[in-house]
Order: sequence, then C-alpha cells, then structure tokens
Amino acid sequence: MAAVQGGQIDPEGEKDIKTEPSNDGSGNNNANDGGVLSSSPGATSSSGTTKTLTAGAEDQQTLLAVLQFLKRNKLSESVDILRREAGLSDDADDSKVSDTAGSGLGSTVNVDAEGGDANSLLNRVTIATAAPPATAAPAPTKVPASGGEDQPDVNVVLSAYSQQGDPPLYQVYYSGLKKFIESVLDCHRAELSQVFYPLFVHMYLELVYNNHEMEAKAFFEKFSGDQECYYEEDLRILSSLTKKEHMKGNETLLDFRTSKFVLRISRDSYQLLKRHLQERQNNQIWNIIQEHLYIDIFDGMPRSKGQIDAMSGSLAGEGKRDANKAKVFYGLLKEPEIEVPLDDEDEEAENEEGKPKKKKPKKDSMGNKSKKQDPNAPQQNRIPLPELKDSDKLDKIMNMKEATKKIRLGPDNLPSICFYSFLNAYQGLTAVDFTDDSSLIAGGFADSTVRVWSVTPKKLRRVKSAADLSLIDKESDDVLERIMDEKTASESKILYGHSGPVYGISFSPDRNYLLSSSEDGTVRLWSLQTYTCLVGYKGHNYPVWDTQFSPYGYYFISGGHDRVARLWATDHYQPLRMFAGHLADITCTRFHPNSNYVATGSADRTIRLWDVLTGNCVRILTGHKGPIHALAFSPNGKFMASGATDGRVLLWDIGHGLMIGDLKGHTDTIYSLKFSRDGEILASASMDNTVKLWDSMKAFDELETDDFTMATGHIHLPENSKELLLGTYLTKSTPVIHLHFTRRNLLLAAGAYNPC
Amino acid sequence: MAEERRQKQCSVVLPTESMKAMAESIGVGQLQEESCVALSEEVSYRIKEIAQDALKFMHHGKRRKLTTSDIDHALKLKNVEPLYGFQSQEFIPFRFASGGGRELHFYEEKEVDLTDIINTPLPRVPLDVSLKAHWLSIEGVQPSIPENPPPAPKEQQKAESTEPLKAVKPGQEEEGAPQAKGQGATSAESKGQTCKDKGLVRMKPRSTHELSVEQQLYYKEITEACVGSCEAKRAEALQSIATDPGLYQMLPRFSTFISEGVRVNVVQNNLALLIYLMRMVKALMDNPTLYLEKYLHELIPAVVTCIVSKQLCLRPDVDNHWALRDFAARLMAQSCKTFSTTTNNIQSRITKTFTKSWLDEKTQWTTRYGCIAGLSELGPDVIKTLILPRLSVEGVRIKAVSEGPVVSNIDKIGADHVQSLLLKHCASVIAKTRPLPDNMDQYRADYGYLGPMLCSHVVKARAQAALQAQQVNRTTLTITQPRPTLTVTQSGLGGSVGSRTPSIIKVPSSLTLMSTRPGTPTQPSPPATKYIVMATSAGAASTQQVITLSTSQSASPITSTVPSGASTLQPLVKLESQGPGGLGGSRPLQKYIVVSLPTSASSSLENKSSMLPPSTSPISVEAGMKMDRSESPGASTQSPH
Repeated sequence: MAAVQGGQIDPEGEKDIKTEPSNDGSGNNNANDGGVLSSSPGATSSSGTTKTLTAGAEDQQTLLAVLQFLKRNKLSESVDILRREAGLSDDADDSKVSDTAGSGLGSTVNVDAEGGDANSLLNRVTIATAAPPATAAPAPTKVPASGGEDQPDVNVVLSAYSQQGDPPLYQVYYSGLKKFIESVLDCHRAELSQVFYPLFVHMYLELVYNNHEMEAKAFFEKFSGDQECYYEEDLRILSSLTKKEHMKGNETLLDFRTSKFVLRISRDSYQLLKRHLQERQNNQIWNIIQEHLYIDIFDGMPRSKGQIDAMSGSLAGEGKRDANKAKVFYGLLKEPEIEVPLDDEDEEAENEEGKPKKKKPKKDSMGNKSKKQDPNAPQQNRIPLPELKDSDKLDKIMNMKEATKKIRLGPDNLPSICFYSFLNAYQGLTAVDFTDDSSLIAGGFADSTVRVWSVTPKKLRRVKSAADLSLIDKESDDVLERIMDEKTASESKILYGHSGPVYGISFSPDRNYLLSSSEDGTVRLWSLQTYTCLVGYKGHNYPVWDTQFSPYGYYFISGGHDRVARLWATDHYQPLRMFAGHLADITCTRFHPNSNYVATGSADRTIRLWDVLTGNCVRILTGHKGPIHALAFSPNGKFMASGATDGRVLLWDIGHGLMIGDLKGHTDTIYSLKFSRDGEILASASMDNTVKLWDSMKAFDELETDDFTMATGHIHLPENSKELLLGTYLTKSTPVIHLHFTRRNLLLAAGAYNPC
Repeated sequence: MAEERRQKQCSVVLPTESMKAMAESIGVGQLQEESCVALSEEVSYRIKEIAQDALKFMHHGKRRKLTTSDIDHALKLKNVEPLYGFQSQEFIPFRFASGGGRELHFYEEKEVDLTDIINTPLPRVPLDVSLKAHWLSIEGVQPSIPENPPPAPKEQQKAESTEPLKAVKPGQEEEGAPQAKGQGATSAESKGQTCKDKGLVRMKPRSTHELSVEQQLYYKEITEACVGSCEAKRAEALQSIATDPGLYQMLPRFSTFISEGVRVNVVQNNLALLIYLMRMVKALMDNPTLYLEKYLHELIPAVVTCIVSKQLCLRPDVDNHWALRDFAARLMAQSCKTFSTTTNNIQSRITKTFTKSWLDEKTQWTTRYGCIAGLSELGPDVIKTLILPRLSVEGVRIKAVSEGPVVSNIDKIGADHVQSLLLKHCASVIAKTRPLPDNMDQYRADYGYLGPMLCSHVVKARAQAALQAQQVNRTTLTITQPRPTLTVTQSGLGGSVGSRTPSIIKVPSSLTLMSTRPGTPTQPSPPATKYIVMATSAGAASTQQVITLSTSQSASPITSTVPSGASTLQPLVKLESQGPGGLGGSRPLQKYIVVSLPTSASSSLENKSSMLPPSTSPISVEAGMKMDRSESPGASTQSPH
C-alpha cells in the first residue's frame, strides 16, 4: 500500500516530521477514539462482541480487564465461562491489568443491573466500545469499492448479524420500543428518539442479512416514515438493498457496520431505556444497542430536541465527546521578520498598520511581530516550513502595503462584489481558484483542461526554451524579464494533461505553481513559468474531489472518493501523511492558516480536523445534514465555517470543538465560503445563484460560553440567521462556485453562466 | 406523503419482460420466469447504485443536470466499462416502440452515407470559454446593469418595505421563536431582546442609484406617451408599465411624476390629463413585479384628489368627471385591498376621510359623489355599515335639490349622479342582505325618499342575479376575442327625457356584450374579470357603471330567449355582426345583445313594446345598436375605462 511506503521512505530532509507508523490504519483509528484507548485499554461490551474478538495484545488486555471486574464482583461463574471461552489461563490476568482503574463491565447484561452504580456505569459505556472499531473496521486505506478486496472484510463485518431473533417479531420489538419512548417524559423523549434510526437500520440489515426479504421490506415500509427527514438519503440507499448479495461491496452498509453509531444521552434517559429493555427481556434490541451503538453518557440535563437536531445528521451519529478534547493550537504563526531594508514608504505603512487598527485579529499577529507569541499558536517549528525566498519577502511587503489600503468591512460597510462569469463553458466549469494577490484566475473544466487567465493587464508569458535561455546574459539586472518569451504572451493559457474532469484546483501562494485534482485519480502540479505539467501525484486511484496548497506553500492536501485525505509535499511523489477515518468520500479539504492542521469535509456529513504533525484526528464535527462542499477558516484561525448540500452554513469554534452558529438562507448546495481579510464578513456562494454576506463578527460575539456548554458541548444556538444576513446578491443565471477576498477586501466571485 | 414516496422508491423494479427482451437480444431463448425476476431485481439494484454514484459526479461537476458522462464515470468507479456513444448532452437517443404486447426502448442507428457528411458544410465552431467581469454589488447595493438580474422581485420589495416596520414593532410572531425549551430559555430570551434592540439602532442606509441612460430615455418616452395626445402610443406605454419587470428603479420617479401631475392638473382642471395619470397608477398597480407600498404616500393623495376634488374639469355640467371619480375610487379600493395592513391602516384612514367630508353639510355634490363612490368601492360591508344608515338623510338632500326650486344646474346634475350612484351600489347590497318581499312602502319607511326607487332597483338586481345564475348554467359559447366588454344599454323612452330617474327604473335594459380590441382607449384594464357596463339613456346625460362579473357570465350562452320562470325579466339575446363604422372605426364589431323585458304590467312597458314591437326583430336590435353607437364615442373619450 502506498501509505505504508510513504511512511517508510520519508527522506532525511523531513526528519522533523515524525516517521509514519507502518500501519496507518490503526494509528488513525486510535486517534478517532480519542485518548481513552491508548491510556486505559477498555473492556469489551458483551459476550457477543467478545466472541468476535481475535487474539491480539489489546484484546487480551480487554479480556483481562473484564475478568478482573467479574472477580471483584464475585461473579465466579461468569469468570469461569469467559475464561473457558477465551482460553486464558488463570495466572494471565493478574499480571497485566492492575492499572486499568476500576473499569469494566459484566459479560452478561443482567449482571450489573442491580449493581449499576453511577460510576461503573459511566465507565462502562464510555469505555465499553473503544476497542471494537479498531478490530472490526477494515483498514480504512483499503479501496472500498473494489469487490474482490472487500470480501473478507464484509464477511467479518456482517458475521455479527448472523445471530438472529424471530423475524416476524422485529416489528413487535421495534414498535414496543417506539411505544415506550413515546410514553416517557418529554424531556427524555427527544434523547431516546435518537435510538430509533440506528436501531431501525441495524434491524433492517439483520433481516436482510438473514434472507428475510419480505419481512425486511415490511419492516422498512412500516417504520421508515418515522425517521428524521435528514436521513432520507441514506434510507433511499437502504431501501434498494433487499438481498444479502447486495450487501457485499455496499459502502453505506460497510460504513454503518464498521463504525459504531454514536449517541449522546443523559444518564437519566439512559437508565430509563435500560430499565425498560431489561424489564421486557428485549434482548434483540439490547444486543443491537450493545454491539452497534456507542452510547456516550453525560451527567446533567437531558438535551432538547433542538439541541439534538443541531448536532445529529451524520452517517455515524455525533462525534464522541472525547474525540474533541485534544488540544488544538489554533493560533497563528509568528510572521517572520522581514530583513529586507524597507524604504520609507514601507516603514510608514507598517507604522500605520501597527497603531490604529489594532483590533483586527490578523493585524494583531502582523503588528506585534517579534513580540510574544500567541499562547494558542503552535511552536513555530512544529512542522517544518519552507524558507522564505527573496521573492516571497517582496510579496509579503506588497501584501502589507495592500493591507494598509484595505477597506474596513462591517455591517454598515459591505464589500463590493466583482463577478467573473465564465461564458461558453457549456456547464463544464468544475473548479475555480484565484491567486492570493488576485492577479490570476484558474478554472478546471469537465473536458479535462485547466485554463489560467490573467485578470490584470499583464499578459501570461512562458519562459524561453532551454536553447534560448543559454543565450541570455545572466548577469544583467533584468534577467527575470529577459527569460520570458514575449511571443507567447496571451491572456489565457490552457493546461492539458488530465484525463477526466478537473474537480479541484489551487494556486501556490507564490504563484509559481498550480495544483489540479481530477477524476482520473491524479493530482497534477503545473508550473506557471513554463505552463507545463511538472508532476503527477498518483495514489488516490479514484476521483480526487479537492486539493489545496498550504498557506506556506510546499505542502498540499488532497482528498477524494477513496475516503482518505493525503498530505503531500511538492517534492515527494508519495504522500507524507494519510488521514483515514471518514466514512464516505472526502469532498473538500482546507488548510488551517497556521498550516499545522487540515480540515476535511465529507459526504458522511462530518468535518474532521487532522493534526498534520501526528496524523491524528483532533476534531469530529457533526451537524450537517448533507455532504459538505465548502470549508473556510477565519483569518485568526479560531473559527471555521462549513457549507453543505443542505444549504446551511455552520460555524464552529475550533478550540472548543463546538458548533456556534447555523446560518440558514441558501436553498441549494453551498460551493464556496470565504471570510473577509479581517474576518468580519463571511461570504457564501451557492448553486442557487446567490452570494450572501453574513455578519460573522456578530455571530462569534454573541456566543454564550459557560462552563457547562464547554464541558458538554451542548450549545443553544440562537435563531438569528436573519439578523446576521447582511445581503443577498442574485446573479442572472450563474451558479456561484468560488469566492475570494482581495487583499483590499474586494470580494471576487466566479461561476459559469448557464443560459436556459 | 413522504412515506408513500419512499415506498415507491423502494419498490421500483424493472419489468421482467425487459429481461426477456434483453436475453433474446443476446441469443438466450427461453429464460425461466424465476430467473427473470431474480435478474430484474439484481439489475434494478445495480442501476440504482450507479445512479447514486453518478449523482456524486453531478454534484462535484457543479451542475443540476445529470449527464451521460456522469454515468460513465460512475461505471468507471465500479470497474465497469463505460457506455460508449452516448456523449450527447442534449437528448437521450432512445426510441420507443410497442407492438405485439411488447414495449421496447431501442437505440436507433441509422445508416449514414459518408458522402453526405463530407459534403455538408462544417458546423459553426463553438465559441471558446471566455471570462467576463461585472459588478454584482457596489458597497452592498446591486447596480442595475444588464449583467445583473432585474432588480428586486416583488417579494423582496415587500420584505424591504415591511421589514423596518417589523423591527420597530417587536413582532408577535418573533416572540415565540427564541423561547427554547429547558434551562436556556431565559438567557435566550434576554438575548433575543438585545438583538432586537440592536436591530432598532441599525437602520439600513437607503441609497438610490442614478438611472442609466437607457432608463432615462425609457422614462422620458413613457411619461410623454402617457400624457401625450396619441392614444395608440399611450396604450403601448401603459402596457409597458403594466408588464415590464425592470421598473423597480424608476418607481420613485413615476410616483413623483404622478403626484406632481395631479397637483398641477387639478388646479388647471385638466380632466384628460388627470385621467391619463390615473391610468398610469392603474398600470403600475397591475405590474406583477412592482410593490408600491413604499410609494403610497405619494400615490394615495393623488388618487384621493381625483375622487373628491370639488372640481376636476372646466365645464362640470358637460364633462364626464364622474367617470374619473369612479375610476379613481376603484383604484383606491384596490390599493386598500392590496396594501392595507394593521400597521399602516390605510383602509380605516381612508374610510374616515371619506366619511368625514361626506357628513359635512357644506360639502359640494361633486365631493359628495366622490366620497360615496370611494366608500362604496370598498365593498358591501362598508356600504352596509356606513352608507345604508345614511340613505334617508341623503334622500332628503337629493329631494331638496331635485324637487325644490332650481338652484343651479350643476347642483342638480350632481344630485342626480349621487342618487344613481347610491341606487346602484345600495341595491346590490340590499338585494343580498334584505329578505323578501320587496315592498315599496316598507322601503319608503326604511330609506325615505330613495326608498321606492331603491325597491325597484333591488327587484331588478334580484332578477338579474337569477338570470345570471341561469346563464351560467348553460354555457355554450366561448368568446374568442380577448377583451369583451359588457355593455348594458338602458334605452330611455319618449316620456322619460325630462326626468331621468323614472326611466332608469322602468326602462327595459338591453345587455350588450361587445368585444373590443386589446389596448383600445376604452379598456386599459387587464382582461381579468372586469366588465364595463354602460348605461345609456336616450337623453343627453348618460351614466356608466362598472360591475364586476365573472368570466363565465360573459361567456354566457347566446340564445333567443331565456325562460322567464319566476324572474320578472324576459331577456332576449341576439348576436349581431356589424360592419365597419361607429365606435370601432374600421374594425369589425361583434355584439351580443341581451334585451330584457319586464313582464310586470306597467304603462312604460306598453310604451316600450309599442316602440320596439317584437323584441326579437332585427329592427329593435338595430335601434339599440344605434343608440349605443351614438352614445359611445362621447363616453369613451371622457371615461378612463
């Protein structure tokens, strides 16, 4: 596998980046489960799962923990049974597990029904299911769609369904539970209702797996209408699946099986549910809950329907609370000092910017350069960044000069929008990008081409051929000018090389390179000096939906249909990191402004934030009800905005891993989001032919952040989309697919005019 | 609903016949029924799977249409060879055929003669992709340039004009939203309050853009045509105002133009111009893309002026300024209906204004007429509560003028008009609300001087209602001409010239349906449901009424007689085609003439039947026609209808 090699052949120059562990898959799974797994190997949940476990150090530990727990509770019979089944010797247990603090759970359900004191219950549930995903999950790097490779996995995955109850009783079970949940107190009902969907899916799949097609259909018809509307997409896929054979190679099914559906339920509600199921001896449902659901119990008030709806909707339930506990250094890196002697004008510019506009976060970091570092920022050399070249420094100076002329935006001072329409694109425009200085615009097209336009009067020129270059006087002052071939000057250039639609495109910060990702499974690096392809990065094998350069250049990220995001360096043909964990296609990828983190949005309706250094997933953000097609970080790195096919924009606090805003207004897929250079305005572009401007400052300010909210992540979202909306700008018939703020805060938008 | 839909989705399976047909096409003869079923289920499932994948490509291709290439890419994902030859994005080249109980879709492959292809001229080369920049917004305001969509759809205009009101008035419906359940309710609420406060402080700056050169030209042309002398041009201009979608930017200018125009022309008593301006208002109101709320402060005073002004024309005794008042009153009623809200209270304010000046003893007959017209257009409820109780008072006043010593001719005409107006509007309301029988004496007791006349009007109204009900029941004729006008010609008779009042009551009315060319001066209103009923008497004076009828009535059958039954009228309807001449100039005119004959024995009936002996005879129709024609031109030049 490419991933494995990628780790091993990390070159010497990259020694600062930790060498990839040879098994990326499990490494990343560790990350997904948060710190729990590594610190205290948990116990397994029930006898059913225990059976499926195979040998392995981790599993042994788990078993031992269980044994110890049983012993402590004087359940010698169970201990014996378990030991016999697992084939462990008596002396094995005492040696290892002394440090697994008081955790564990009974091998049978009824064991701790009476002994379920609060503490052990909590531990049990939070830790209970930590292990199974790691073992049951197929290595995420494996290609999901290719049938042959999948077979063994599927069998492993599905074997859990082989135990079956009486098929006709499924409806009785389900409606019994439904009746119960409908009859509980209002405050618990919303929470317990979360159980319906995963239960429904698993029961349906069990029926299908055991060849009860008719019962499955009847079950589906009877209860599919009860599910929340945002699961409709999945239900549609599920409805077409009626035979055991169909389950092989079905990605949705695999997702559902390999990952436990995560529910957050308050302790009270959970107790209610458990008591009910035990009273009724409803083992079928209880088994499913034990095996396929991960119930994250918290203390405190049950959540309201609104709170739950805000967070649910992803393919695998909500993110676990632990998953978002890791510290994220969201601060910005210190701006490097620029040693180039500044002429007077620059000096002036810098002074100006340092004093009066200190409030702006971006300015802050630029203003107090060489002073103390942002406490939330990562170490300057946490990941190695490329050295600044002279040209980069010049560009930085230009940037700062421009920044002083920047318009201060706000609700009363909206940006002007300049719209670039692609004419005669025949619905073929698939991706657009602007350079940071807004001098170039690039478009990716369905006909596999990439086109670059100059939007300034300066024409695009190629470097002369090698033969001509040798004739040039290399000592002359204007050598940079002389190497360009005047004959090739034109307003646009076409780059040929891909063999499928180009879905992602990104300029390097220094404007020397262009990246493009395509349906053909490659990412290509183009030179904007010679307008030729330099490298084709292969590894994805399946369509690559998005790619983006790091804000510091050199690194780039790509993600696609194979559900893996890859981090590359331009000078390596193998990826440096592979981020696996998403359950469906990765639809968009974005670098954090400090380049230490990468955010990926996926068709599984989650957003994950990955640490570039460790490769760990540090945030799982759920709440979208459709595939995510747009991501944007605020310039100060603290916040993130995401847009999806459901037409909603969600705002996130990265530091706390909290959803802090829900902007409703668009009626179709959001394809682009951008914060203004100061982060005061958020612009969103959508398929519904509109650009909308939102007051992001207000959205962030109004955030109520008490300790409880911080601790639990249960936030009350104010219904204030209308107040935050500052403007809507309709195009004639042009879906807007890209947005860009110039350095002076002019908003550029782009899309293909679509007559008809 | 959703559930049903979903069920459908899961049950869609290809028919087994297709499997058989496909099997045959590749040479498998006898396929077992069971295999067919199994195959069709499997194939359906796979097809759905591929369709789902193809959707992904559509989304990433940033399109709304699924193309054949999306399917190819989805197949490629599954390691299946794509379908070659279906590159067309425009159409799916399948043909459908059925026969012998089979239904088939097939791909038609024609034999193509290569020489034909070689000889055909090359198609035009498609244009290359190009980039064009324009301003979508300048500092928050969208400029109106051809690249941008026509500004501000009506909903948005409405939202814009109503939103500030909402912010000022902490709304009823917003109250509920922030009150989330559970512990956060109080904090959320208090926060909601602060938001609202902030909303109060922040007022959106209004900025108007300069009109582009084209818009300025357009404005100039339109306004000139609207008040100019050429009727054809005016019709076109009004048509443009009533239908063009992009006038939002010019709305402030138009409304100022109208309000200033009215101000000047009222002083100068320029009736024609006032009529033109009111027709502009009408056209603006008819434009479906405009929302006039923001400009009512200019338009309403202008319209009200045209309703109640003491004098609107130079020769009040001759000119038909009454029609203008009627027309303006209708405009007023329409704007009340459309824009009156609990916030602006247009209707109640207008009603108060009218009532106040009507109650004033010193009010002139002209103003009085305007007030009554304005009130009665507001609907039967207003008539019932405000006008009916005052009928007796008004009757005394009218009686004083018409039967007392002649004070001035103008007063007399005014009183006449007020009387007929009152009769017209009140009769229909009373007919609906008052129980039978219609007793003259009872009416006199209830309504005073106007009572008896009212009574006969009510009788007539009831009869007409009954007749219409019958006509509706047997609709046979459709009128192909776009805008039929319904004209009621009340032919006055010999004895009734002196005093008009009795003639109105006793004269048999003939109903004329006539279709007019669209955009004629007499008909600026859209072809909706309005029909203009012109009541013309043989005398010099004429009245016009506009009644609103449903279309089905206009399309009522043309038959010789309607069975009289219980009705007191015996209408006769005659279709007549008429050559050039008369009102329409050279255009052929088709008239549907309904002649109603009251069956009740009265002297005037005898009179009438002696004059127009058998009502079905062509002569009588001709006579009616002529009268109609002779009246019409005068009326049409004056009336804004």
